[in-house]
Amino acid sequence: MGLRNFVDKIKPTFSEGGKLGFLHSTFEGFETFLYVPNTVTKKGAHIRDCNDIKRVMIVVVLALIPATLFGMYNVGYQAGIEGVFPAFWYGFLKSLPTIIVSYVTGLAIEFTFAQKRKHEINEGFLVTGLLIPLVMPVTIPLWIVALSTAFAVIIGKEVFGGTGMNVFNPALLARAFAFFAYTPQMSGEAVWYADGKTGATALEQLGTTGEMQWSALDAFFGFMPGSLGETSTCAILIGAALLLFTGVASWRIMLSVFVGGLAMGYVFDLAGMTEYPVYYHLLVGGFAFGAVFMATDPVTSAQTNTGKWIYGLMVGALAVLIRVVNPAYPEGMMLSILFMNALAPLIDYFVVERNIARRKKLIKNVK
Amino acid sequence: MKLSKNFTNPLAANNPVIVQILGICSALAVTVKLEPAFVMGLSVIFVTAFSNLIMSLLRNGVPSRIRIIVQLVVIATLVIVVDQVLRAYMYDVSKQLSVYVGLIITNCIVMGRVEAFALGNKPWDSFVDGVANGIGYALILVIVAFFRELFGSGTLFGFDVLARFGYVNNSLMLFPPMALIIVGVIIWIHRSINKDLQEK
Repeated sequence: MGLRNFVDKIKPTFSEGGKLGFLHSTFEGFETFLYVPNTVTKKGAHIRDCNDIKRVMIVVVLALIPATLFGMYNVGYQAGIEGVFPAFWYGFLKSLPTIIVSYVTGLAIEFTFAQKRKHEINEGFLVTGLLIPLVMPVTIPLWIVALSTAFAVIIGKEVFGGTGMNVFNPALLARAFAFFAYTPQMSGEAVWYADGKTGATALEQLGTTGEMQWSALDAFFGFMPGSLGETSTCAILIGAALLLFTGVASWRIMLSVFVGGLAMGYVFDLAGMTEYPVYYHLLVGGFAFGAVFMATDPVTSAQTNTGKWIYGLMVGALAVLIRVVNPAYPEGMMLSILFMNALAPLIDYFVVERNIARRKKLIKNVK
Repeated sequence: MKLSKNFTNPLAANNPVIVQILGICSALAVTVKLEPAFVMGLSVIFVTAFSNLIMSLLRNGVPSRIRIIVQLVVIATLVIVVDQVLRAYMYDVSKQLSVYVGLIITNCIVMGRVEAFALGNKPWDSFVDGVANGIGYALILVIVAFFRELFGSGTLFGFDVLARFGYVNNSLMLFPPMALIIVGVIIWIHRSINKDLQEK
């Protein structure tokens, strides 16, 4: 294998003491990206199978592909372009700069921090870098994307110690930053799809009039305006199937988010506060996207099984609560997931404490 | 020698805001614009300096059981003086600062310096300590307000700075969370310079 030989040949240059030794982390990042590392854990055995973070992250990226491709097509479709391929091409050209900017900014910061702290480059940003463009409007100015990405990676992740230490989901943090800092460019009626075309999104229409101009089927397949990756519930579910099949994401969280959202929707329906069918909540806006790709983030969600149920139910319920009750935020998914990210450790704490108490009681009964 | 150390310590190595983490609430509240932050800083310098001076003068005459009450009376008097002066001469700023001038009474830095320093030291040393701690507080306030006004409104002291270059205002800077994040970043930079302050 030519590539393997080449990598081995240049390895000494980048190792400690080599000419480019200070780029050690960068080299290692690329090497392990190309080949599964052949080093083994020294203290204790943690290896369950041949999987590692890089492979897990690649699965998530693969799961995001259907939603991304459909989103690109949808951009062209919303702009009124005839034909599948021309519409896709139009959307592809519109969204590619956002994706590139997000990856370049984020990876540059990750690489810099990894070099400075002399640890290996973490893989988390492979997913975050794609998630960020998917939850932003297509027409967003590129400098906002760069700024939000930088904010999310530095303040949201690196200050806590990098991948695996962050409290909040970095992609959602980027969106939250852009949303609060540059509200006019992020939401509202002025934003939208392509050049010159604007209009209220489905969520805003539901919030103000109780109806939307798209049918439920349109909403399911995603033929409506929205952020790049979030419109098609169908494409998201294909990704969800892959995540569940490979065991990368927790089915408990996914299921309980949907259940929580539906339950809260029925509460408002019975109270007479909403006049549209309850399942609309799951089809419009970022609900499905958040449930499948954001809430299930293994770092920021609850870790215990019972905790996952509680966490998921509350994410779903809060999202619908914010949507219906607070007119200032037609989209509640982002805020509810970020809020529950902050509460997840607390949920875990109580679940663990309860388990300890239960086991103690068992011991007492035996005596 | 001792005096200069008294003076320089609270400015950086033992800064009341970023090292002792005191007075955070007002640092979040009054730092949207530079002008109120500046005035707030001056007011706190005045109050810390003179409460330290007065309490140091009184320190041998006050029984330690009732010292908190005496301290409160002194501090409250000074704060009311500041408040009245602001209302008389800088009405607009005093309206922007609203309750936060009155809340200097509860600012932990003031009470903390009186308790920790003025009650055990001579008047002049106490006075310097009060001034230095006030400046330490004002310094952070002005730094935070500088970034918040510059990037949130594109102005400095109300003058257009960035707006003329087509700068789009970052409205997150106007929200209190951003003040907290800026204070956090200042602490981060400060700790990475002063390695002995880093927690293990």
